[in-house]
Amino acid sequence: MANPTAEKLSRDEYFYGHKACAGCGGSLAVRAALKVLGQNAVSVLPAGCMSAVGFNFPQLCFSNNSIISTFAGTASMLTGIEAGLRAKGYSDFTAVGFAGDGGTADIGIQALSGAIARNDNIIYICDDNEAYMNTGIQKSGLTPFGARTTTTPAGSNIHGNLRPKKNMFEIAAAHGIPYAATASVGYITDFIKKVEKASKIQGTKYIHVIAPCPTGWGIQPDETVEIAKEVVDCGLWYLAEYENGEFTLNHKPKDFSSVEAYLKKQGRFKHLDLDDIKTIIASRDKKWAYIEKNFAYR
Amino acid sequence: MKPYLREQKAFSFDDVPENTSFEAGYLVTVNSGWRSIRPVIDTGRCVGCEQCYLYCPDGVISIQNGKAVIDYDFCKGCGICAKICKIGAIGMEAEHK
Amino acid sequence: MSRKFLSGNEAFAEGIRLAKPDVISAYPITPQTIVVERLSEMVEDGSLKSDFIHVESEHSALSCAIGASAAGARAFTATSSQGLLYMAECLYYASGGRFPIVMMNADRSTALPWNIYGDQRDSLSQLDSGWIQVYAENAQEALDLALMSWRIAEDKRVSTPVMVNLDGFVLTHTYETVEIPEQAQADKFLPPYVTDNRIDFANPKNLAFSAGPDTNYIFKYKAHTGMLAAKEVVAETETAFAEIFGRQYSGLLDSYRTEDAEIILVTLGSIAGLCREVTDRLRAHGIKAGVVRIRYMRPFPNEEIAAALKNAKAFGVLEKDISFGNEGTVFTNVNSALQKAGIHIPGYNFIGGLGGRNISAGEIGEIFAAIQSGANSVNFLGIDDAEKTGGDGNGKSNS
Repeated sequence: MANPTAEKLSRDEYFYGHKACAGCGGSLAVRAALKVLGQNAVSVLPAGCMSAVGFNFPQLCFSNNSIISTFAGTASMLTGIEAGLRAKGYSDFTAVGFAGDGGTADIGIQALSGAIARNDNIIYICDDNEAYMNTGIQKSGLTPFGARTTTTPAGSNIHGNLRPKKNMFEIAAAHGIPYAATASVGYITDFIKKVEKASKIQGTKYIHVIAPCPTGWGIQPDETVEIAKEVVDCGLWYLAEYENGEFTLNHKPKDFSSVEAYLKKQGRFKHLDLDDIKTIIASRDKKWAYIEKNFAYR
Repeated sequence: MKPYLREQKAFSFDDVPENTSFEAGYLVTVNSGWRSIRPVIDTGRCVGCEQCYLYCPDGVISIQNGKAVIDYDFCKGCGICAKICKIGAIGMEAEHK
Repeated sequence: MSRKFLSGNEAFAEGIRLAKPDVISAYPITPQTIVVERLSEMVEDGSLKSDFIHVESEHSALSCAIGASAAGARAFTATSSQGLLYMAECLYYASGGRFPIVMMNADRSTALPWNIYGDQRDSLSQLDSGWIQVYAENAQEALDLALMSWRIAEDKRVSTPVMVNLDGFVLTHTYETVEIPEQAQADKFLPPYVTDNRIDFANPKNLAFSAGPDTNYIFKYKAHTGMLAAKEVVAETETAFAEIFGRQYSGLLDSYRTEDAEIILVTLGSIAGLCREVTDRLRAHGIKAGVVRIRYMRPFPNEEIAAALKNAKAFGVLEKDISFGNEGTVFTNVNSALQKAGIHIPGYNFIGGLGGRNISAGEIGEIFAAIQSGANSVNFLGIDDAEKTGGDGNGKSNS
């Protein structure tokens, strides 16, 4: 029985034998993207989970050319690699970065913004697991409201993280980037399509993919894909694109699934009370009103 | 093609490169010891739909002769494949040591 | 060959044009700006075929250069002061990965207090970053080092990045007549960069990886020996340079009238010229003075320093930096060289030029006098409360 998505991908494995935790969503995103981009992808991974689990000499888990960048330097190293390879006469390659939420929205945002502003011909993929997981689950700029992390403990005074996620997708779009998209490893076909599309566009491409971390989210390793699907189904994340100056919504749940059910499956949200959940639902509804108004739906 | 296990596992002074660049996809250890449970394919039920192949974070599932096959050297036993398989062709069984 | 009246920055830019880097990534900071402005003009007028990348920070400037170098390209960046400190993480990255990048650093004071003028606290604070560090004295040497540094950095035995330091304003902005070599000469001197330490589509690589305790120390040892190999490569490079361009440099250091000198002043950078003038005046009065200008702070010329100072009765080190709570870093390094060579003569440290403060010929004369008669171990020029400028560096200003 042919699977049309699988048929499109390289049968080769480019990220293999790595030491990511069982059920790691980030490693799924990296694996899937590289199977789209193929042998001539040059991947740049900053300090973080994916580099920590994939590059321990002599255990080197990428079969394509890959390099670790500084934590802040994913985009700037991509820029240099793209320029350097071009200078050496290469044209048939894709410089692709895989940075986590902290590496993208916090320490790496300056370099990312610079690369987009220069319109460097790179793909930047943010695998968002919503906290600094590699260092032990500390809050990042993409940790959602209410989440318990080791630096936003949930107690009787403060119920975890007090601030919402930065809107990296629209920050990237605000640069007038040729292509930006949101995705989730729970909808892998959609993600694969977006990576494929990005690979055919000249200039900077930004893809923000939700990639759950069983360890940091407090779920079972086999729940990664389900929860990544559910975050879209309950409306707390959305699948969209930005291209030619316009936003497009790719997937519109008929009815949202239960936000409470989504939250309560995860250890990091167990402490939330009804008021917290109401706050989260209200902010979801506000976001969707904005999407309805400003995003086309195709 | 994929990263694979190599003969040389230990690196003496002379074997260590001068710089931090080395052959891509060089593996010296397996991940099988991580598992407490292992996925087992019911080849009678498997229809080769490849959903498990698409969603495996470790890329250890391939389709051979129309059926899913697992590389137990590198499978960590996360169980995503068993959950993804809507026709119940993958079961998780305890590892017997 | 042509002659032009150029500032140190402009001369350095001419040297970089001759070296033909593939990628230039830089962020502006005073007093480095002229060099990147000239380079962008050269890219604009087509006389330099480099990709000039307008990065958003110094951290990105060097990160980008590392990426380009990992692609097998020749990469250049330039910075100064706060910018050098901001990119510090990437300094260690470039040297650890053995990426032979060349950087020009316009030596400048470090905040606080803010100050844009020249001293050497920026680069000397990064002696341990694994970069070859060379200090130019004049614009001609700056241009020549722009060429030589690539050949040293890219030599297989070395594979180490080079930081060429020019004293801020005093050298970067001061004009002198400079000989500019022909491109054909430069091409003969500097072959294209060829390396295995790069992205390779035929034989893919994993680069800039982690290495645990079982091998990490071996990588560090090899970086150390690569840097040490630069001593020999510097000599070879200068010989080849002299054959093609007719200018012979003196290796890791430059000794002036030291053969029979009884008192020797060790220094680095652009102040050396004035020190030599004062030496000549003292010699005219029968005082046997000499000057050692350190050209390369890394690799450090231990043996050469010992050889230059072995017959002296006393020495001083004049430097534009201070390691708070101790002494000038150059002084520490020089003392270590003498200790290793079994030379035990009195040595005195003179901290001057901080934040661009002028060092006068009179002060240099006083330094020589102090070396001859004995002084505090650490002396701050301009602070003359002798009691309080001793080993504790706990001085008080009388100005």
